[in-house]
Amino acid sequence: MTMPLNQTLLARASAKLGPQASISIGLLVLLVLLAMPVLHLLPADNALHISAYSLTLVGKILCYCIVALALDLVWGYAGLLSLGHGLFFALGGYAMGMYLMREAAGDGLPAFMSFLAWTELPWYWTGTDNFLWALCLVVLAPGLLALVFGYFAFNSRIKGVYFSIMTQALTFAGMLLFFRNETGFGGNNGFTNFKTILGFDITATHTRAVLFLATVLLLVASLYLGWRLARSKFGRVLTALRDAENRLMFCGYDPRGYKLFIWVLSAVLCGLAGALYVPQVGIINPSEMSPTNSIEAAVWVALGGRGTLIGPLLGAGLVNGMKSWFTVAFPEYWLFALGFLFIVVTLFLPKGVIGLLRKKGEQ
Amino acid sequence: MPTAFSRILFSLLLLLPMAAQAGDANDFAAANPAKQASLLQQWSANPDSARLALLEALQQGRVAADSSKQAFIEHDGSYRAVEGDAAPTGQTRKLRLNNRMRGLISTAMASHQLLSDDPALRLAAAQELQKRAKPAQLALLEASVAREADDAVRDALTLALANLQLVDSDPTVRLAAVRLLGETGEPLARTRLETLLDPDVESDPSVRTAAETSLAQVKRKLLVGELLGQAFSGLSLGSILLLAALGLAITFGLLGVINMAHGEMLMLGAYSTYMVQVLFQRFAPEALALYPLVALPVAFFVTAAIGMALERTVIRHLYGRPLETLLATWGISLILIQLVRVMFGAQNVEVANPYWLSGGIQVLPNLVLPYNRIVIIGFALFVVLLTWLLLNKTRLGLNVRAVTQNRNMAACCGVPTGRVDMLAFGLGSGIAGLGGVALSQIGNVGPDLGQSYIIDSFLVVVLGGVGQLAGSVMAAFGLGIANKILEPQIGAVLGKILILALIILFIQKRPQGLFALKGRVID
Amino acid sequence: MQRRNLIKALTLSASIAAMGMTWTVQAAETIKVGILHSLSGTMAISETSLKDMALMTIDEINAKGGVNGKQLEAVVVDPASNWPLFAEKGRQLLTQDKVDVVFGCWTSVSRKSVLPVFEELNGLLFYPVQYEGEEMSPNVFYTGAAPNQQAIPAVEYLMSEDGGAAKRYFLLGTDYVYPRTTNKILRSFLVSKGVAEKDIEEVYTPFGHSDYQTIVANIKKFSAGGKTAVISTVNGDSNVPFYKELANQGIEATDIPVVAFSVGEEELRGIDTKPLVGQLAAWNYFQSVENPVNTEFVNKWKAYAKAKNLPGADKAVTNDPMEATYVGINMWAQAVEKAGSTDVDKVRDALAGQTFAAPSGYTLTMDKTNHHLHKPVMIGEVQEDGQFEVVWQTEGPLRAQPWSPYIEGNDKKPDYAVKSN
Repeated sequence: MTMPLNQTLLARASAKLGPQASISIGLLVLLVLLAMPVLHLLPADNALHISAYSLTLVGKILCYCIVALALDLVWGYAGLLSLGHGLFFALGGYAMGMYLMREAAGDGLPAFMSFLAWTELPWYWTGTDNFLWALCLVVLAPGLLALVFGYFAFNSRIKGVYFSIMTQALTFAGMLLFFRNETGFGGNNGFTNFKTILGFDITATHTRAVLFLATVLLLVASLYLGWRLARSKFGRVLTALRDAENRLMFCGYDPRGYKLFIWVLSAVLCGLAGALYVPQVGIINPSEMSPTNSIEAAVWVALGGRGTLIGPLLGAGLVNGMKSWFTVAFPEYWLFALGFLFIVVTLFLPKGVIGLLRKKGEQ
Repeated sequence: MPTAFSRILFSLLLLLPMAAQAGDANDFAAANPAKQASLLQQWSANPDSARLALLEALQQGRVAADSSKQAFIEHDGSYRAVEGDAAPTGQTRKLRLNNRMRGLISTAMASHQLLSDDPALRLAAAQELQKRAKPAQLALLEASVAREADDAVRDALTLALANLQLVDSDPTVRLAAVRLLGETGEPLARTRLETLLDPDVESDPSVRTAAETSLAQVKRKLLVGELLGQAFSGLSLGSILLLAALGLAITFGLLGVINMAHGEMLMLGAYSTYMVQVLFQRFAPEALALYPLVALPVAFFVTAAIGMALERTVIRHLYGRPLETLLATWGISLILIQLVRVMFGAQNVEVANPYWLSGGIQVLPNLVLPYNRIVIIGFALFVVLLTWLLLNKTRLGLNVRAVTQNRNMAACCGVPTGRVDMLAFGLGSGIAGLGGVALSQIGNVGPDLGQSYIIDSFLVVVLGGVGQLAGSVMAAFGLGIANKILEPQIGAVLGKILILALIILFIQKRPQGLFALKGRVID
Repeated sequence: MQRRNLIKALTLSASIAAMGMTWTVQAAETIKVGILHSLSGTMAISETSLKDMALMTIDEINAKGGVNGKQLEAVVVDPASNWPLFAEKGRQLLTQDKVDVVFGCWTSVSRKSVLPVFEELNGLLFYPVQYEGEEMSPNVFYTGAAPNQQAIPAVEYLMSEDGGAAKRYFLLGTDYVYPRTTNKILRSFLVSKGVAEKDIEEVYTPFGHSDYQTIVANIKKFSAGGKTAVISTVNGDSNVPFYKELANQGIEATDIPVVAFSVGEEELRGIDTKPLVGQLAAWNYFQSVENPVNTEFVNKWKAYAKAKNLPGADKAVTNDPMEATYVGINMWAQAVEKAGSTDVDKVRDALAGQTFAAPSGYTLTMDKTNHHLHKPVMIGEVQEDGQFEVVWQTEGPLRAQPWSPYIEGNDKKPDYAVKSN
């Protein structure tokens, strides 16, 4: 079911590139992604075997792709640059982490708590041993926070730079809060040393494959959702909102509801991405909330091309792929490369890599 | 009340021939630590001016012992015997002192300085003894009070004595001492008086009541000091925030560039200070103390030049696209950080306070105002004034304001907008450089210096109202003071979180900041 | 047109596939050794020198003919101070580069991040930094100090007549796990020694805190109640503003000594030491320790720094984690010789009871069961030249107690390494 959808989607998103080419790219990427977990199940001595290392690495990048897509929905479409999406990502991750910690701890308390000499779980941990409730938290924690923050911010008509700085302050405050041991989330060590998920060994090849597959599916679903939104009337109102909010208001639209919806949706997507990220990389801690991480996410979107659906994915993939390679090959020069990349993209590729590809296609 | 016996003892001690102390240095050098400590205690109870040189040398860590345990004092690299003119035999090793020994030496030194002819020295010694006097020094203090001609020194000595008299066997002496302590604002007096409230410690009820009154007095004085201290630290933090944010108030507030590289301008200013310091150390060590003054213009011009270069090459292409300036300047900031890391190493570099920025002024017994902070508060106000003058009283300022208010109109009127942009960005960066010089005097200087100030800087500018210099000033001091009021109540971590939450709430209420631009401009 | 697009498509997919590949060239007959220290990001300050120290030690072992007749080959990766990246790079070292041992990590969180990977793949990690304890994995050897090998002796010193016989304790730290844990242990230790709760104050600051005015004022106020010592677990960059504020507010080491657990020679390079003179630090090694092994060690390091042109080579210093790295690699090499193989299980057995004459002047022993070194404890006083002078030391090496007896429930923990539950 997902394949033909994805196909059309890719075709639309990069229509200018020539339909056949986009189809071939989209198909190829999706096929490779779907094949990876299967190849991972092959015995290790098989030539086609994909190692756990590669699988988790690509899985991690796919989670980042979802974050980039979510950020693009609010920035590229609604014109709200959030510098605090790391917070939503981490909240989703922490919600999943709580479940994994409870699994690992069995009937007892998570190790860091018994160490704090706490004898019972704090109220906000209630029910986290239940996978379904943890999943609800994955959605609710970032969703509710986004709802409250967005409700007030959009009511006061905070926008542009102010909005960006406020979201940055929010994630910074969140980071400081989670750093504290007393907050009850393991301080700066966060959660690690997970054992099982739903009773399956978290390091088993099958579990890895399933987690990876879930990530691919979430990404495809988010793409589909984004595509439907972008094509709907709702999406057009958002774009209008981005380009001329006052004119839209004069036409009788109340922008607050639109903004709030896309904002909460984006936060929830980030939370889901975080929830899939944690079991794959095996750790969640407050550094995910550092303002730097959120800025980096904005860079993925800008690099790939905001206002498109494929662009952010390209951006996230490119930057993270480069990071993995550069930090091994030239650790000293990695930051120079990254810095120059940002400058070059903003100066010469205002529409990102996707814009460049399109232009090439037009020629 | 000096007893006759102690007076006699004291005068006898003064009359003792010098020869009696001849062995002191060698005794000390040969003794084990415990013996050394008891020697020092004996000396502090029975000062002798002949020992002064030895104590001074001990305090400065210049006393050494040779292999035959004879004491020597180092003078510019060579060792001289304390007594006689023997040369050291075998290997000389400096005497190893620990903090306890240093404390005892200070006490002994203070006792000996009471014999000095200089009232200022005696006063300092008396003040030292207020903190450190031991019961064994009771007789000495009594004798000194009786002998002292200078009023200020006598008062200080009486107070030092009162501390010891709290346990006197005579209730009237205790009462007088308690009353005297009530007149001081010493934090130590508070603890001493508090112990007297216990009937097991102080049996006389009248002394206990007096202690209660005195305690209330002391507490009142301490409270004044504490409040003043809190106000000062709030102002100081505010001035630091202001210096960090002022450059941003221009590049972001006026030009609309979301300048994520602002922190790196602070960092470059601090590194300029470091370079100036290194050059001074190498070429003009005698004028080293003046290096911060020279660093000011250097930092200003270095960062202004870098800022202008960046404006011409990168930022000028991005006017009108504020959110994209964020990305480009973020890239610039990464490059600058890594550049500094490659050039100077990842470690912090050492920037030392010159003597006139070290230490502080003792205003009240529990309030010391550090010089570097006082200077920085003044400097912040000076920079604000300078910026205000530049923006409001010069042609450049007029042009900057014209361009920021309406770029096209300004261009039509013949304002060279490109040049103005460049100069304004240079000015903002230069001011950030000046901030960097100030920051180097209170914190560490490393490649990541800017990163720790960038969020605070943005908050100050946004809170104050973008484009409003006065708003930034108010916001900086407001944040500083609010922070310092919250910190003692709920701790630094929660305080910081609460401040951030409050700012977020405040901006909801007043999205344009404290000082909003009046008008009905709409996009 | 068509073909070009196809090529693009292929390149893209190839680049995705290539992410999983490795670039190290297989050399014949070498033993691969992984080095996992951050070379960029916030921890680069501390960890870069450990990487260089590890490389120097490996060179030295190779110059002596290697291990079991094979040369050691270092594989250096940069986890960039990013904790999830530590796990990823750890996995890369073990599965892609197939190293036989890894030397690395500084922060506890980075160790916690790689620990599941090492336990899953049965790797071997040497961790060279003092830490809060509460861990004993069969796949990790801890060559830094546990709390009883640093914090507790330091407090005992402060309680002693020589240390100033402090009656009140101000525990100041950055708000994260190591300071919190250490202070928890210290608090219950102090209480067990008869210090009243009201004489212990615990204060924490956020990461990167730079304004210590209020805290220093509080220290002064607190010290009016009796002889006070400050025990500082303040992290890295915050130390400079803290010590500057102390000095400028007129607090001297003779009045209120500050003993720090994370300030060493390397950190002092970036600090103006004049205001710090007399302040204390507790470690298991100082560069100033006088013995032939250390003299050789320091000289070798200085020569290495100069030869490799490391930044600040003219002022190169050694410190405790560097010594721990050096000891760790040498002990591992000895164990491999003894086991005659690099097999993790055999090497682990061979490491138990392994001894090495360390630069600290003592012959250090790897404990037979608990995977920690027996280490001597030294208290050093800061000198004006940025070095420490040892003012006190334990009589001999102490056995580590990674499960501190001062924390409830630890008496039930086994005294040998088991995989974390």
